[in-house]
Amino acid sequence: MNYNVNEKGYYGEFGGAYIPEMLYPNVEELRQQYLEIMASPEFQEEFQDLLREYVGRPTPLYFAKRLSEKYNTKIYLKREDLCHTGAHKVNNTIGQILMAQRLGKKRIIAETGAGQHGVATATVCALMGLECIVYMGAIDIERQAPNVARMKMLGATVVPATSGSKTLKDATNEAIRDWINNPTDTHYIIGSVVGPHPYPDMVARFQSVISEEITIQLEEKEGRTNPDFVVACVGGGSNAAGAYYHFLNKPEVGIIAVEAAGKGIHTGESAATSALGKTGIIHGSKTLLMQTDDGQITEPYSISAGLDYPGVGPMHAHLFTSGRGEFISVTDEKAMTAGLELSKLEGIIPAIETSHALAIFETRKFKKDDVVVVNLSGRGDKDLNTYIAYFNL
Amino acid sequence: MQRIQDKLQNNKKLLSIYFTAGYPSLEDTVPILESLQENGVDMVEIGLPFSDPLADGPTIQASGTQALKNGMTTTLLFEQLKDIRKTVSIPLIIMGYFNPVLQYGVENFCKKCQEIGIDGLILPDLPLAEYKEHYKPIFEKYGLSNTFLITPQTSEERIKQLDNASDGFIYMVSSASVTGSQSGFGNAQMDYFTRIKNMNLNNPQIVGFGISNTETFKAATTHAKGAIIGSAFIKILTEKGLNGISDFVKSIR
Ligand SMILES: Cc1ncc(COP(=O)(O)O)c(C=O)c1O
Repeated sequence: MNYNVNEKGYYGEFGGAYIPEMLYPNVEELRQQYLEIMASPEFQEEFQDLLREYVGRPTPLYFAKRLSEKYNTKIYLKREDLCHTGAHKVNNTIGQILMAQRLGKKRIIAETGAGQHGVATATVCALMGLECIVYMGAIDIERQAPNVARMKMLGATVVPATSGSKTLKDATNEAIRDWINNPTDTHYIIGSVVGPHPYPDMVARFQSVISEEITIQLEEKEGRTNPDFVVACVGGGSNAAGAYYHFLNKPEVGIIAVEAAGKGIHTGESAATSALGKTGIIHGSKTLLMQTDDGQITEPYSISAGLDYPGVGPMHAHLFTSGRGEFISVTDEKAMTAGLELSKLEGIIPAIETSHALAIFETRKFKKDDVVVVNLSGRGDKDLNTYIAYFNL
Repeated sequence: MQRIQDKLQNNKKLLSIYFTAGYPSLEDTVPILESLQENGVDMVEIGLPFSDPLADGPTIQASGTQALKNGMTTTLLFEQLKDIRKTVSIPLIIMGYFNPVLQYGVENFCKKCQEIGIDGLILPDLPLAEYKEHYKPIFEKYGLSNTFLITPQTSEERIKQLDNASDGFIYMVSSASVTGSQSGFGNAQMDYFTRIKNMNLNNPQIVGFGISNTETFKAATTHAKGAIIGSAFIKILTEKGLNGISDFVKSIR
C-alpha cells in the first residue's frame, strides 16, 4: 500500500478538497504549482539555506541515556525543540512563506491555537517583510497571552475569532473566510497537515526534513538508516507527518501516533480523534473527526492547546484505518508526569504536546535493543504557567 | 425539481429567500415557509445549520449557532417538513454543508427529500469532481436538482463545466466574499453579471450574497433571472420576528 498522497489528493479514502467555489481558484493555483515550485533548485537553495542559517538545522538526534536506562530500550530524541521559535512549526512556515512569494502574494493569514504556529508565521513574515494577520480563538487569546505578545512584537495583527466555540477550529474557519474575502493577494499558511489538498501534502513535505535528518543521523550513530519505531504526538499531525515521512512505505519501521486523551477517552473531555472520530469533512478535508451523530463538529479538550483539534490530517486517518500506524492516547495526567520526568532525567523541558509522546513508555514496552526515535516537537517555555499550576511549582 | 423548472420558465424575475431552519425559534420553520409563500416569494432555500459554516458571514453563522442551540437536527428538520407540501407549493431547496448530509447518508438524505417534496440541494462544499464521480446518480434517482456556485474569480472553462453539471440554475455569488458582507454593487460586479449573461449558459443564473434591499435586487436581476436574499432576511427575523416578513418581502419589489 502507498501511504503518501495519490494523484487525486487522497490518502486511501481520506483527503480531497471539499471547499466552496469561492476558494477554488486559490487552492487550485496552489495545487497546480506547489510541486514544481518546491522542486526548483532556486527554491530548494533558499529553503535549505534558511533552515540551516535561520532555523538552526539540522537539529540534533540526541541519545537519551538516562531515559533509555529507565525504560530499558534505546531512545533517541529528535530535537525540534531547538528550532528557532521553539518548535517544528517553523519548518513549514519557512517553506510556505517562500511559496507565497513565488505565487506573488503580499498578505499572509494564519490560524493558531496555542500560538506556536502563529508565532512561527509572524516570524517568517517579519523576516520577509510581509503583512501578517493571525486568527486566534478569543478563549485561546486569553489562555496564551505570552504568545499573543510575541506575535504583536513581531508585527502581526492578532484577530480574535469570536464565532462558535472561540478556539482553534473557529480560528481556522475565520482564516478561511478571510481567504474567501481576499482571493487574489493573500496566501493562507495552514499550520498542520490539515485542510484541502494540496495542503496536507505540502506541509508534510516541508516537515519531512525531520525524517530525512533522522535517517542520516541514525546512520552515523547506529550504522542503520531506519529506527525500529518512530513516535510523535498528533494534533493535526504535522510534526508526526514530518517524523514518519521517509519511513511511511518502510513496513519494518513501526509508526506510533500519540493523541491527547484529555481527562480520559470517555469522559467527554478528550481530543483522541482516532478513538472518538468518524469519517467526515472538516476544513475542506475528508478525514476522521469528532462530531455528533448529526454531523456537527464537536469541541475537543486537552490540557495542551496544540493537540486540542477535533480532527487529524488525512494522512493520519489513513495510517489509522489501514493499521499502518499504532495509535495510543495519553491523558493530561500521564503527559504532565512524563514532561516532568524528561526535565529531571535529561534536563529538557518539553512542550506539553510533546510530553504526550514521551508518556507512552510507561505502558508501551519495547525490546532492549529497539531503536525508538521520539520526535521532540517543541520546548516547554510556552507551557510554564500550565506546569506551574499543575505541579504547584 | 419540476417546480424549479416551472418557475424558471416564468418570465418574471425571481425572488428567492434563504433562512436558517430552527431560527429564531425551533418551531418557526413551517410558519416562515408559509408566510414567505403567502407574501409572494418565488422560491426558498432552507438552511440546514452547521457548526462550522465556512462560507458564511456573521449573520448566518450566528443564526445557525442559535438554531443548533435550539435543538435543530437533520432528522428534526425532515420531521417538521413532512407535511409541507399540503400548504406550500413553491420550490423548496435545502442548502447546507456536506458533512451533515454525509452523516445522514447521502442516499437516505436524498430519499427523504424526495418523500417530502424538496426540489433540490445546494451544498457549497461538495466539489464538482466528487459530485460527478459519486453522487450525481443518487441526486437524479430522487429527482433532486443540484446547484453549483460560481464567483467573479471562476474561470470561463470551469463555469462551463459547472453549468454542464447543474440542472436548474447556477448560483452566481455576487462578489469574492462570504455571505452578508456587501453594501451595494459597483461597476466590477455589473461587468461580471454582464459577462456571465453573455456566456449564454444552459442554466439561468440566480444571484446571491449581498442582496439586501430593492436596489440591490433590481441591480442583480437586470442581467440575471433572479436573486437570493439571506443575511438581510435573517436580520429582519432577529429584529422583528415573523411579523417582519410581510413588510420586508413587499419592500423588495
Ligand atoms: C510543540 C508542538 N507539538 C505538536 C503540536 C501539534 O501540532 P501537529 O500535530 O501539527 O504537529 C503543536 C501545535 O501547536 C506544538 O506546538
